[in-house]
Amino acid sequence: MSAGSSDNLPWWATGLLLPLVNVTLALLVSALVIFAIGEDPVGALGSMLRGAVGTGEGLGYTLYYATSLIFTALAVAIAFHGGLFNIGGEGQAYIGGLGVGLVLLALPGWPWWASLPLSVLGGAAFGALWAAIPGWLQAYRGSHIVITTIMFNFIASSLMVYLMVNILIKPGQMSPESETFSASLFLPMMADMMAGIGVEMSSSPLNFSLFLALLACVGVWAFIWHTRWGFALRATGANENAALYAGIDPRRVIVVTMALSGALAGLLGVNELHGVQHRLMLNFPAGLGFTGIAVALMGRNHPAGIVPAALLFGALYQGGTELVFDYPTISRELVVVIQGVVILFAGALEHMFRPALVRLFSRRPAVAASKPAGA
Amino acid sequence: MDIFLTLLSLLDSTVRLATPLLLAALAGFYSERAGVVDIGLEGKMLVAAFAAAATAAIHGSAWLGLGAGILASVILALLHGFACITHKGNQVVSGVALNIVALGLTAVLGNAWFEMGGRTPNLPADARFGEITLPLAEALRGVPLLGPLYFELISGHNLLVYLALAIVPLTWWIAYRTRFGLRLRAVGENPAAVDTAGISVTRLRYQAVLIAGLLCGIAGAYLSTAQGAGFQSNMTAGKGFLALAALILGKWKPVPTLFACLLFAFADALQTRLQGVALPGIGEVPVQLIEALPYLLTVLLLAGFVGKATPPKASGRPYVKDR
Repeated sequence: MSAGSSDNLPWWATGLLLPLVNVTLALLVSALVIFAIGEDPVGALGSMLRGAVGTGEGLGYTLYYATSLIFTALAVAIAFHGGLFNIGGEGQAYIGGLGVGLVLLALPGWPWWASLPLSVLGGAAFGALWAAIPGWLQAYRGSHIVITTIMFNFIASSLMVYLMVNILIKPGQMSPESETFSASLFLPMMADMMAGIGVEMSSSPLNFSLFLALLACVGVWAFIWHTRWGFALRATGANENAALYAGIDPRRVIVVTMALSGALAGLLGVNELHGVQHRLMLNFPAGLGFTGIAVALMGRNHPAGIVPAALLFGALYQGGTELVFDYPTISRELVVVIQGVVILFAGALEHMFRPALVRLFSRRPAVAASKPAGA
Repeated sequence: MDIFLTLLSLLDSTVRLATPLLLAALAGFYSERAGVVDIGLEGKMLVAAFAAAATAAIHGSAWLGLGAGILASVILALLHGFACITHKGNQVVSGVALNIVALGLTAVLGNAWFEMGGRTPNLPADARFGEITLPLAEALRGVPLLGPLYFELISGHNLLVYLALAIVPLTWWIAYRTRFGLRLRAVGENPAAVDTAGISVTRLRYQAVLIAGLLCGIAGAYLSTAQGAGFQSNMTAGKGFLALAALILGKWKPVPTLFACLLFAFADALQTRLQGVALPGIGEVPVQLIEALPYLLTVLLLAGFVGKATPPKASGRPYVKDR
């Protein structure tokens, strides 16, 4: 995993250049796809860009998608630092959303600011539980976290269908959706908040959750790099035996890491349900849990990288919707292709790009340091 | 007699539903026994299903479709090999990436080429793998018990079903009775030992990954040109992961994997028939519970609560010749 490679690249080469190369290549691949289906790549990518940031409304949507992606990407990143690949963000976000929904259904008439800590707690707790079980199974029973979290995604999906269809559905309704939360609970929309301080902003689903996401970024950064627990987490991720020798119990760290990861993924529910949909429904994570993997890989598993990467993918999501209007032959799944290619380049093929970069950089210092050849 | 016929039709659909799982699980068998984790079964099946349906729709030939499906799946398999074997990348990350690429690419290309919202045109009968009536099936149909059994259950499947079933003993023979199989299993347990014996780990792993591509190709073509009559967006719908679960439940062995696939397929066939039916003594079983059963079983098994499944020792780890 990419959490701590030991070559002497300057920070901006790994932090900026490498992700930039990855994105450029991914965009090139998608340009090839657009070209192959007989459309104009430059025009199409331009239309995506306009759709994502060209209008106030588009920008709002971009930031709204980015909010969800920050949560799911932080979830992947924190697990990565603990040496775990959490592929189950989608399921954890789904179950986390259930927690958010249940809390809000139980608090009719509360003001939104009083309900927010509780809905955050509900989402985090449910998400944490759904991730801690695979964590526990890996730590104490030796089952592989990747397989277990994949299975938990499917189990989550079945469980939610059962609950929505049989129990939580609003009586006398066909589509499996719960009752709407009471209106006083709705998180304030960004456009309304801005209007309150006299700034005009187009209406979009962007809501208060964005601040929560940025707060989570700071929290994760402080936790991983500036707390004792964060040190234990990174030590376990780097070398379990060494961690054990240093008096850290890696098994406990694995369970806690997964719980934190799931809690972060569960917060997607705050943005989607507390912020926008205002009721429990099916399939609200809509693949954003998986996209979190791409965002985390591109952001090098660091909050400072995840925010721009989430913005980029938020822009791709929103741009994809606009693209379909201008170019009906191109479907919005093009974004999914780009996402896959980014994971391939930034994740699976990192060992192809990195050494090339190292060679490029070691040319000059190699002369100065003049290491003995063939040592 | 009525119950007997119901049971036969249930088993009949079990066989049909098990076929793609079985092919994909065997694909996973070759790859994982060689030490290359394959999360990408799903994606390979999906591109194969699309390529097969698109080719069959344009050229009107199921065989050309099968060829195209295998080709598409093998290309994806080679990409996986390139990332994991040549460049020693993370095998799980590569599998995830390829699944996502496959999901997006098939939807984009399908929508652009056929303009039917990601579907391909419905295939006419001669562009699909049709059902084969085995010899004497009609004549023997009147024989009590065995006649219907032969007619309903054993006869009347398409070629790929029989092919998939034949690959199970073949795989067993290759893995446990040939030199290639011995080396394949060794490279998944202790690649360094294989390397010391002067055999190329890279070459063996590429061979395994290619076989996985071939089998996933057949599995995908089966979905869109034999079981179905055309491609739909995301038509694999998790079957690749179910196959992976079957492989684990089968403890990475071909014959137990066959039974795991049959079990999952039986649950699937049962689930459509149990919808809204109250069982005596139990009441109505939620369909979703039956749906989730394979995944629950896999979790319990991997955790050692129901038996114990141990993956190949070197699986997931790229082989580095020297340090």
